[in-house]
Amino acid sequence: MIIGISFLVYKSAYLGFPLTPGQETSVWNVEIKINFQASNRPIKLMLYVPRNSRYFSIINENFISRGYGVSISTTEGNRQVAWSIRKASGQQTLYYQAVVERLDLGDKDASTKKITPISAGYTGADLEAALAVLSEAKEKSADPITLLLQLIDLFNDPGNNYNVDLLLRGKTNPDNIIDSIIRVLSLDGIAARQVHGLKMVESLDHSESASWIEVYTSGEWKAVDMVTKQFVDLSDYLVLWKGRDKMVTLTGGSNLDIDINIRRAEIESLAAASTREKNLSPNLSKYSLSNLPLDTQNVYSILLTVPFGVFLLVILRNIIGIKTFGTFMPILIALSFRETQLLSGLILFTLLVTLGLAIRFYLERLKLLLVPRLASVLIIVIMLMLVMSILSHNLGIESGLSVALFPMVIITMTIERMSIVWEEKGSQDAIYQGIGSLIAAAVAFQFMSNDMVEHLITVFPEIVFIILSLTLLLGRYTGYRLLELQRFKVLVNK
Amino acid sequence: MLLNLGRQLSEAGVMGINKRNGEYISLYNDRKNYPLVDDKLKTKILAEQAGIPVTELYGVIEAEGQIRALDKVLSGHTDFAIKPAHGSGGDGIEVIVGRTKDLFKKANGQIISEDQLKFHISNILSGLFSLGGLEDQAIIEYRVKFDEIFDAISYQGVPDIRIIVYKGIPVMAMIRLPTYLSGGKANLHQGAIGVGIDLANGRTLTAVWKNSVISEHPDTRHPVTGFQIPNWEQLLIIAARCYELTGLGYLGVDIVLDRAKGPLVLEMNARPGLNIQIANQMGLLHRLRFIDANAVKMGSYMDRVSFSRRILPRIQ
Repeated sequence: MIIGISFLVYKSAYLGFPLTPGQETSVWNVEIKINFQASNRPIKLMLYVPRNSRYFSIINENFISRGYGVSISTTEGNRQVAWSIRKASGQQTLYYQAVVERLDLGDKDASTKKITPISAGYTGADLEAALAVLSEAKEKSADPITLLLQLIDLFNDPGNNYNVDLLLRGKTNPDNIIDSIIRVLSLDGIAARQVHGLKMVESLDHSESASWIEVYTSGEWKAVDMVTKQFVDLSDYLVLWKGRDKMVTLTGGSNLDIDINIRRAEIESLAAASTREKNLSPNLSKYSLSNLPLDTQNVYSILLTVPFGVFLLVILRNIIGIKTFGTFMPILIALSFRETQLLSGLILFTLLVTLGLAIRFYLERLKLLLVPRLASVLIIVIMLMLVMSILSHNLGIESGLSVALFPMVIITMTIERMSIVWEEKGSQDAIYQGIGSLIAAAVAFQFMSNDMVEHLITVFPEIVFIILSLTLLLGRYTGYRLLELQRFKVLVNK
Repeated sequence: MLLNLGRQLSEAGVMGINKRNGEYISLYNDRKNYPLVDDKLKTKILAEQAGIPVTELYGVIEAEGQIRALDKVLSGHTDFAIKPAHGSGGDGIEVIVGRTKDLFKKANGQIISEDQLKFHISNILSGLFSLGGLEDQAIIEYRVKFDEIFDAISYQGVPDIRIIVYKGIPVMAMIRLPTYLSGGKANLHQGAIGVGIDLANGRTLTAVWKNSVISEHPDTRHPVTGFQIPNWEQLLIIAARCYELTGLGYLGVDIVLDRAKGPLVLEMNARPGLNIQIANQMGLLHRLRFIDANAVKMGSYMDRVSFSRRILPRIQ
């Protein structure tokens, strides 16, 4: 009980599993489409792809490429997918698709390890120029952030400063400026890096990767926009890669074209939470139901409703006092109602049992031994099912076909038990118990097929513990059954 | 309303199935002793060894192959009863009152052939009537010829006396009278009459038929209350001794009165039904609790029987 409740609370409160079916959270579909021309040569294409970061979690990703070998490598905090093929010609299209969810995981980057800046790599006149720029900027700054802002100002206006001009060598594109700033900062022992990412907006076709500069100060990276000179809200950006590389490196092809599409979508928060669980507590998720293959999951999503049904049966039998054929037969009938739906299930079942019973009474005259008799009833039940399916199909009633899903052994045993009760205790008892079984099955079906119940039990299988404990508690219920009150009423009204 | 009814029943000391199973059977009836009563053959042998009178065993058929030898088992007997060793609730019992060469007359007058009888035995063997459907044995035994005194208040069948024995003390008793409705069976559920018996003197009290109180037998029109059951003390002694025999703390003992052999134990039940409360118009619990409180150590069966006769009738 306690185990069950604590798991339930942990999963719903901490991991954000929804308690009702179909709660939704916001996620984005990101698609990077790469076009290029191939000309009968070996091709290798490297693409930086997102990784799980502080603000975004990848729920699902696909690499779509016909005939290409795909490998993913992680180096220096970047994830790169490499597509390669021995020979290709003509227009080539590769896709990277990802579903990402925004969340706040807390600072995962916060590590105690010391971040050392890269070496500036300047020598001679360059080194002198860089030191001059640094000291100029330092004069007007107080800390790494303001120093960075000063440097951005200086580098954005290369015409006014000879030293800056020298360092940039006339190339004033943003990548070169950022690279120079990072090098100058490193001379002061400040670690900085260039980061590229996608702005996650509502929906955008033909998006482009944005880049910004990050400096490491007082234990964390601060991101600053090169143009607005303001802090970048990283919760809006899906980080693609760090460093000065291009997003795509293509060897062996030409006419490279990259198209990035971003679309916000709603998916059930269940899927999102499952992925989150994997990220937050990998060990727990390794042993969770949602980690099983899908078809196995489906089986369990049905099987796990059985405890609910059985629990209900305990109530019906021990608290209310309904009599049924066999202890768990109503549950099995209820399971088959899942396929036939309730009303047609009830009708088909009644029809089958009635017909079977009639034939069973005829068999009684043949004085067969028990096992052959059961076997013949089983065979007859199957034949009846066949006949009903064919008949109803010809009449155009589709639900008749689902009769085949009824567990025939259950029906056979029901017929056998019913006919014995019929003979031993009279028709009244047999019909009474038969109706009791059907009522129990119908109630159990209503309960077990309830979306809410099914959702709860598949997402929180630990509910089984709660049901088990309630069943154990009911096991010690020694009060009157509801129908007993009626039975013993004569003892009160003396 | 329902809660109120439940409280009233509780005050009347009425025992429900859950209470019987959960607080008495599971506590006082050791599961390992169940086979002693569930297997009528074992019960019979055990009782015979202890000197408790039972219906005489003619033969046992254990396998399909032995059915052919039925004639040998039946030789010399023109009337007998066939029952499953592991039957419950009187199911599968066939009583033969007479026979010609290969025709048998059932208690209700119906004539059946030898083949039909053999088929019935085969059904018994295959477990049709046994608890849980397990393979079973067929017992062929002495047919009880019930005491003429019951003629007036019984329709066909054998009236039997059910005594509930708690911790060795008979706590409640009733006699079940077959009716036309019950098809000669002494089963209240099927329409037999349940008549409560005064533990003190063996006189019948109220009679209940189909959940209503009656005073005369619906078929014979004879009064069923105030009827004196003979050898009452002896019946109580037999019931009390069954406690030692089986070790079951909560036990139902079914006894019949044979006109020649006197009281005979027919069977015992580790899960006796609750209808006895309706027949007696009284709940069981007050007496059970009184025993729990006052009769912890009861020595001989004589002590227990006298406790049962002298003190229990006063506990209402």
